This record gives sequence, structure tokens and C-alpha cells, in this order.
Amino acid sequence: MASLLITGADLLGRGPADLLVEDGVVTEVGTVRSAKGADVLDADGLVALPGLVDLHTHLREPGREDAETIATGAAAAAVGGFTAVLAMANTNPVTDTAEAAERILDLGRATGLVDVVPVGAVTKGLAGEELAELGLMHRSRARTTVFSDDGRCVSDARVMRRALEYVRAFGGVVSQHAQDPHLAGPQACAHEGELSGRLGLPGWPGIAEESVVARDVMLARHTGSRVHVAHVSTAGTVEVVRWAKAQGIAVTAEVTPHHLVLTTDLLAGYDPVFKVNPPLRPQEDVDALRAALADGTIDAVATDHAPHARHDKEHAFVDAAFGMLGLETALSVVSDVMVGSGLLDWAGVARVMSQAPARIAGLASHGGSLEVGDAAHLTLVDPAAEVTVDRGASLSLSRNNPWHGRRLRGAVHATVFGGRVTAQKGALA
Amino acid sequence: MTTSPHLLAPPARRVRRHLLSSADLDRAQVRAILDTAAEMHGVQQREVKKLPTLRGRTVVNLFFEDSTRTRSSFEIAGKWLSADVINISGKGSSTSKGESLRDTVLTVAAMGVDALVIRHHASGAAHQVSQWVDAHVVNAGDGTHEHPTQALLDAYTMERRLGDLQDRHVVIVGDLTHSRVVRSNLITLRTLGARVTLVAPPTLMPSGIGAWAAADGFELSHDFDAVLPTADAVMMLRVQRERMSGGFFPTPREYTVGYGLTRPRLDALMSANADAVICHPGPMNRGLEISPDAADAASSLVLDQVSAGVAVRMSVLYHLLAGNDEGEDS
Repeated sequence: MASLLITGADLLGRGPADLLVEDGVVTEVGTVRSAKGADVLDADGLVALPGLVDLHTHLREPGREDAETIATGAAAAAVGGFTAVLAMANTNPVTDTAEAAERILDLGRATGLVDVVPVGAVTKGLAGEELAELGLMHRSRARTTVFSDDGRCVSDARVMRRALEYVRAFGGVVSQHAQDPHLAGPQACAHEGELSGRLGLPGWPGIAEESVVARDVMLARHTGSRVHVAHVSTAGTVEVVRWAKAQGIAVTAEVTPHHLVLTTDLLAGYDPVFKVNPPLRPQEDVDALRAALADGTIDAVATDHAPHARHDKEHAFVDAAFGMLGLETALSVVSDVMVGSGLLDWAGVARVMSQAPARIAGLASHGGSLEVGDAAHLTLVDPAAEVTVDRGASLSLSRNNPWHGRRLRGAVHATVFGGRVTAQKGALA
Repeated sequence: MTTSPHLLAPPARRVRRHLLSSADLDRAQVRAILDTAAEMHGVQQREVKKLPTLRGRTVVNLFFEDSTRTRSSFEIAGKWLSADVINISGKGSSTSKGESLRDTVLTVAAMGVDALVIRHHASGAAHQVSQWVDAHVVNAGDGTHEHPTQALLDAYTMERRLGDLQDRHVVIVGDLTHSRVVRSNLITLRTLGARVTLVAPPTLMPSGIGAWAAADGFELSHDFDAVLPTADAVMMLRVQRERMSGGFFPTPREYTVGYGLTRPRLDALMSANADAVICHPGPMNRGLEISPDAADAASSLVLDQVSAGVAVRMSVLYHLLAGNDEGEDS
């Protein structure tokens, strides 16, 4: 079995060391004197992180293979430094059975690029009414642990309560897309505020998220279950999560790279590439999200990678599809905005982009600390690299990239999955 | 054919390439459009109304939303300027299936179009379209965003009765949240120096309106009776039937009592200011936001607004198209 010697990498910012990988496992860390027959990867000046884990991607297969497939999404993930991605259930058909989950698992395995971990739907067909076969999905080869109706909110309190109670039996977690449908209906597409008023766009108020999160943390307390808040977008939600954690409630939360940087004023030109759900918020929310990610109130960064065919974005703003790409740019964005500002060090990036998401999703082989015995999933980052994002260079099938043309500091140099280099400098290895 | 030589000359100062928002026009440009509209209005009174100004030009009215009134107004405006006018009604696009807005618009534009007059149910549609086509784009109403020619014709109509609108008090009452008329009127009226007060229950005011009012210098009130005595013009907005069951206000009856231009309010308005005028962009809900007495009063400009619509739209097409480099008729 091939072995790989990575020399001189700064391990999670702890300082430089060599790292020997054999048979997909880290076997030596420190100064490695001999590694016969090993491929050598010179990582001088690079930071080594445990392979990145994305709690929130949309891979569009089955159903919309023109926008993304599991193979192209996995390629984009590998290039972006990820070694595991959780594939949301809102495909067509929906991932609401064991068979559907296993098929996604198998298609992911066939790529050999990342672990594609299926998220199961909470309710049949994402309809929000009857529980999907949560237990059978968990008993399947997919070992489904994270359940979400993402794209839709489990808005019925009784259904949410039952889901939380039910998955507790096997340590499952419900990832909630918090959006009260009465406060932010299907047309809601812009942060409700002065700009949405001026632009005449249907408002998506922060309270539609905050009120559901407030309810859900109380349900989690009541049921003794675990709840995860997907794509936190407002300062108010941060306050609720902070309070709930202080009470000892088992709540975790994620934030997207775009909500850490992009603001609602980008909507002034009605460009649907900036249409996303939840919507881009004002700077005050962005600042609160950064602080919450730094202090641990928000546990993880998750991309909400949402590829869309060009013709689904070239509608009038309210008619265009929600969502933006994120897998290939996430690390650079977090590096630029969180490390560049001193809010996080590299150990912190390892925490929010690998260890915490792996823990939340129950992925035992991911999110380690690059110690002997860990699975050899790792990401080498060049902290000094300056990249200008080019949407045309993406391995995703879609081009709805809100970062196009932006300069970001920090880039993925290489990704190692199971001891094998899967991607290097923006291309598959 | 009777023509005025002045009208055949290209405008001295080109308005912008498109008319997407009332904010595209500064005070001088609004002035130029309204002055030209007055000349066009004069032509309308003649027996032979047609001018050769836009002969050989093609204007497409691309309406994704039904609007007999606005479409006819643009159609007549184009025809009286001798443009070839084609009406196309597009169907609302669905999010995932069918033709994208861009494809629809490129298909129409590929036929060789000089101006695209677009009405769409979605805010921002005209803005987006202007980035895809070479033709001049006129926003004939985009969702709940803007309706710039309506604001121009409202200003034109009010000026005819009130004179210069500088420091005149215009009170706009109704469903502000869902009104593109109010967004354009706010901009054009402020551009012309008018004082503007918006009146509505809080549930029908757009989000963030307080900050907006502070930034753009207009006033807000929930008390129609308090602002009525100082009004030079009262503009009543249509309350759409579908809002009534949406929980925006309890009942039509309660709305009328609080925010309708009822007979007692008409009397209060006229006794405070005998020269005050009443506008409504139509179509009116008689008995809801406006009483028949007010709609048909001597101070009502409702039909003048319709008449001015053609002249103002002629002026807009003239200012956008007549100065074009390619092929002038004069």
C-alpha cells in the first residue's frame, strides 16, 4: 500500500512537523527519518488541517444532474479541501428512505474523492407532515445521523418535537432550516429592511428565523434531544443560541461563508446570483456572526453549496432559484475574513471546518487532530496565497458564484483523502 | 400632416439610455420630459395627431402582467409618434421549468427592436432586462418597485393645476407596501421639490420606511385627518382586494373610516384649501379608498391623469429614441 510523507507542514498551527501516512492512517508525526518508497509532499510554509467537513451541501443528484452531480460536487469539494460532505435531502426523489440514502452513499464512494454522507429528510417528501423512515435510514449502510428538511422548515411544532424525540434513540440530530413560513413565505427573498422596502422585494425578516430557533431550543430542552441550527443568519439567532448553550441545551449551529462576508446591499442591482436563503443580511448581523464563530457560539462553518443551472438563475429576482456555490471558496473565505482579522487561528479553523462538523455529524474517522492513528484525511493550506476567484475555473457544473472576481488571502494547496492526494492547487490530482 | 419643427429635432439633452427608475432622472431631465409632454399634449388636441418623429422605429410593449390602461397608453403614444408598435404579452415565468426571462427577452430583442417597454410582476425585471439587450428599456411597472412614467404623468397633471410643485404638499394614502406608484412618485416629487407625506396603517408601510423617510426627506403619518388640512394634492392609492383577506387591516369598512377619502374628508380638504386636487392612478375602488363624491369632484384629476399619460409617454419615447445616433428622421 502506498505511503505518503508530508514534510514540514505546520500542523493546525502548532508548529512544523513531518507526517507519515501509511495505508490511509497517520503512522508517524514529528521528524520522520526514513520512509522508504513513500511519495514525498513538501509542505514547507503550508498549514496542515484535518480534512474539512461540510455539514451542508446540495449535490442535486438525483434529479438535477444538469446543475451538479455527486461526482462533480465531490470534485468541487476535494478542490475546496473537503474530505467529507453531507448531502442534503432535497433532491428528486427526496432522500427519505434507506434505499435512497444508500444510493447516494454508493455514488459518493465511487468518486473516491470524499466521503459523501447522505442527510435524511425529517418528513416524507419534505412535506413537513409525516416522519420519514428515520430509523431505517440510520440502520442502513449509510448510517444516517443528520436529518433535515433543508430548503423547508419543519414548521409544525408537533412534528419537530416528535422528530427530535425519535432520533434521540440512536443519537440522531435534526438540522433545522429555521424559517417561519408565515413570517417569511416562499416569495420572501430579501432581508426585510429599508433596502427591501425601496427595492420592492418581499422581505425575509430575521424574526422568521429567530422565533423558530427560540422554539426549537426549547423543544430540545423539553425532549432532551440534540438540535442543530442550519445557516444562522442574524444577530438575534446568535443571542438565542448563546443563551441556550448557557442553559446546557444540546444545540449546535453553523454559519455559511457568505453570511460571514456578503451583505444585503449587494441586492441593489437585482442580480439573482446574490439570491440565497436565508438572505444576505446587514453588516451588523455579519459582525455578530463572525464574533459568534470566533467565541464558539456558532460551532461550524457549512457551505450551503447550492448549484443552479444558469437558466434557473436568469429569471426576475423573485422568480430565480435560491442559492450560491460555496465548496471551492469556503476555506479561502474563512482564511481571509476570520484568520486575516485575527478572530480565528488555524487551530480555530480546524475546529470550525473539521472537528466540530465531524462531531455534530458523528463522523468518527473525520475531524481528528493529525495524530498517530488518525485516518489520513487532511487539507494543506497555503496561508499566504492570494487568489482571485474565477467562476469559470470551477469544477462544479454550475456558475452561480457570488465570489467571482474577489481577491482572497489563503488557499487550499492540496487535499488528502484516505492517504491519497485527491486535489492539488485547484485541480484534481 | 401637421408637425412642429421643434418636435422633429433631437432633444437638446439626451435623457439616459433607459428609463428604469425615477431616480434615473435629475430635475432638469424631469423638466425636459414634462415640457415636451406639454407640447405633445397640444398636438393631441389637434385633429391630426400623428407626428413623424419615430418613423421607422420599432417599439415593443412586452407585458408579462395584464394592464390594459398602461399598455394602451404606451401603444397610442408610440403610434402618434409614427413608431411601429407591437404588443407582446409574456406569461409569467416559472422558477424551474420553461423559458427564462433572459431567453424570452433576447428572443424579442433579436427581431430588431429599438425600445422595449416592459411590465413585469417582479421587482427589478426591467433593470435586469436592460443588462441583456441593446434596445432602450422603459420600465412600465416592475412588481412592487417602480412605475416611473406614472410618476411623471402624475407630476405633469398636478403641475397643470397647481403650478410649480416646489414646496407644495402632496399626501399619498394607501397600500404603500405593494405600490410601485408610490416609490416612483416619492422620487419624482422630491426631485421637483415637493413636500411629501405618506399615510397608511403601519401594516401597509414598507419595511424600513422610517430610515428611508429620514434619508430621503419625506414624512410619515398614520393620521389622515391630521395631514389633510395642509395638503395641496391628495393621491389615493388602490387597495387591492387580495390584501383585505391578508390580515393587513381588519375590514374594508375599518379601512375606509381610517384611510378613505370619504365625503367628510373631501369637505375638510376643500374647506382648508379650495385649490387642492385629488389624484388616483386607477383603477379605483369606489367606496373603499375613495368615495364617489371625491372621485367625481371638480378637484379630481383622475381623467386628466389618463389623458396626460399618452403625452408623457410620447415625451419619454421621444427623449429616449429621437436623439439616437442611428437613423434620425429629421
